[in-house]
Amino acid sequence: MDFSQQIAQYIVTGLTIGAIYAIVAMGFNIIHNATGIVNFAQCEFISLGGMFMYSLVVLFKVNLIISFFISMAGVALIGALIEIGPIRHARSKEIIVLIFLTIGLSEVLRGTAQEVWGTDNVGVPAFSGENPIHLLGGATIVPQHIWIFAITVLVMLMLHYFFKKTLMGKAMRATAVNRRAAALVGISVNRITLFSFAFSGALGAVAGIIIAPISTTSYDTGIMLGLKGFAAAILGGYGNFAGAILGGVILGLLESLGAGLVSSQYKDAIAFFILLLVLFLKPTGIMGYGEAERV
Amino acid sequence: MLKIDGISSHYGGVQALDDISLALEEGEILALIGGNGAGKTTLLNLISGIIRPSQGKIVFKGENIVSFSPERIVKLGIIQVPEGRHLFGPLTVRENLELGAYRRRGKQNKKKISEDFKYILQLFPVLEKRLNQRAETLSGGEQQMLAIGRGLMGKPVLLLLDEPSLGLAPLVVQEIISVIERLRKEGTTILLVEQNARAALRISDRAYVLKTGKIQLQGKASDLLEDGEVKRAYLGQDS
Repeated sequence: MDFSQQIAQYIVTGLTIGAIYAIVAMGFNIIHNATGIVNFAQCEFISLGGMFMYSLVVLFKVNLIISFFISMAGVALIGALIEIGPIRHARSKEIIVLIFLTIGLSEVLRGTAQEVWGTDNVGVPAFSGENPIHLLGGATIVPQHIWIFAITVLVMLMLHYFFKKTLMGKAMRATAVNRRAAALVGISVNRITLFSFAFSGALGAVAGIIIAPISTTSYDTGIMLGLKGFAAAILGGYGNFAGAILGGVILGLLESLGAGLVSSQYKDAIAFFILLLVLFLKPTGIMGYGEAERV
Repeated sequence: MLKIDGISSHYGGVQALDDISLALEEGEILALIGGNGAGKTTLLNLISGIIRPSQGKIVFKGENIVSFSPERIVKLGIIQVPEGRHLFGPLTVRENLELGAYRRRGKQNKKKISEDFKYILQLFPVLEKRLNQRAETLSGGEQQMLAIGRGLMGKPVLLLLDEPSLGLAPLVVQEIISVIERLRKEGTTILLVEQNARAALRISDRAYVLKTGKIQLQGKASDLLEDGEVKRAYLGQDS
């Protein structure tokens, strides 16, 4: 494999992982825009998505597509329950207290997952075979990469449509901008918050499901993916949806190229080095904060 | 239509309103005038359910709404137009207006909502050119018109207007006043909070004067315009 082939290969891998980061970053942004908090349980949404998928497909032999949607709905439900229970009933509404609460919830979810599934890494079959496809430029790609791209693009288009065209999506943006004004036109801020947790749960699950066939899955795969998705969100501009896509892609590419050209030992460090760099140099990220009011 | 009965409110330990009672009749414009910090906006926020009173009742069409959530109050048709800065800034003018009709969402109202949309552009033609612009890019006067337009999209039964003339050029104030008069003719009941006492008294039927959380005076607007104390305290500088 010559050098240009290698580069092409790194780019393909980088874009794939970047797509996953973008979906995760989107999940962080949606909850942030509705509530002002950083939801660290987002990491667990990813693990749970993967593990639900594993249980359904491998253990219970359920059809792949049905498993996909059940896993998504299951994690969305967990997201909703987190909001209805602990988040809504927290005595303190201080942002920092709620953020710590999500860290605690994240521990509880992970502990429970460990009890249920153990600590082994398990595999999920690829959506459509494993025969690599040769691309122009000499890179090869397994079909799962194409699924990841296609599903990510589809998710982004659906999100775009939802937020720009539907009344519910506009109401969510309005709530992010000004909660009081939203209440004054009759938007139920509670319901928007609930919805955003369910929504983020579904997004986290999608990320966990589509990457599972490539990287295997376990009760805690979501931690690293989640934190890197968080870094991608910061890089793009926290709360900014276009920024989430850009941040995810840039981070994925840098990570893949860095690991390939410098040393794969630094693969995980790259994301966090970039996170620190952004926080020092330009805390608003590349695209600036989103529409949400600063809290 | 609306009866406020013995409302008191505390705001961080400070008493903002002290045993306020007032009544609003269907179809009238009631003005609430008074200086800064008199408690006018607090009263509107109590009616809208944004804050809760420490005691007292708010009765709308026979129902005590004091513990209702803001969205439930909006559903009843009590719609507050807050000061212009409470728009959805990064959203477009069109989106702001659409969200104004949020309480009437659903297929069956679609046609009526688009008729109201046209009506509002007819009331405020300047908004038509700005429909796809972000609300935060509008001038102060345009923002105020958009805030009123957004409120009207909710088809208010009772419209609560918070300082609609604040910081606006006299010509814009004139325009907004004529819109308020037009709304009254069409049968909307209006509670108008204003620092611009002269303008408010000219277009309203009755008025209450609020001072440091208490009702100081009340009566027919035309009488208050001639009242010596009102003239001295509230009409002095702004003629």
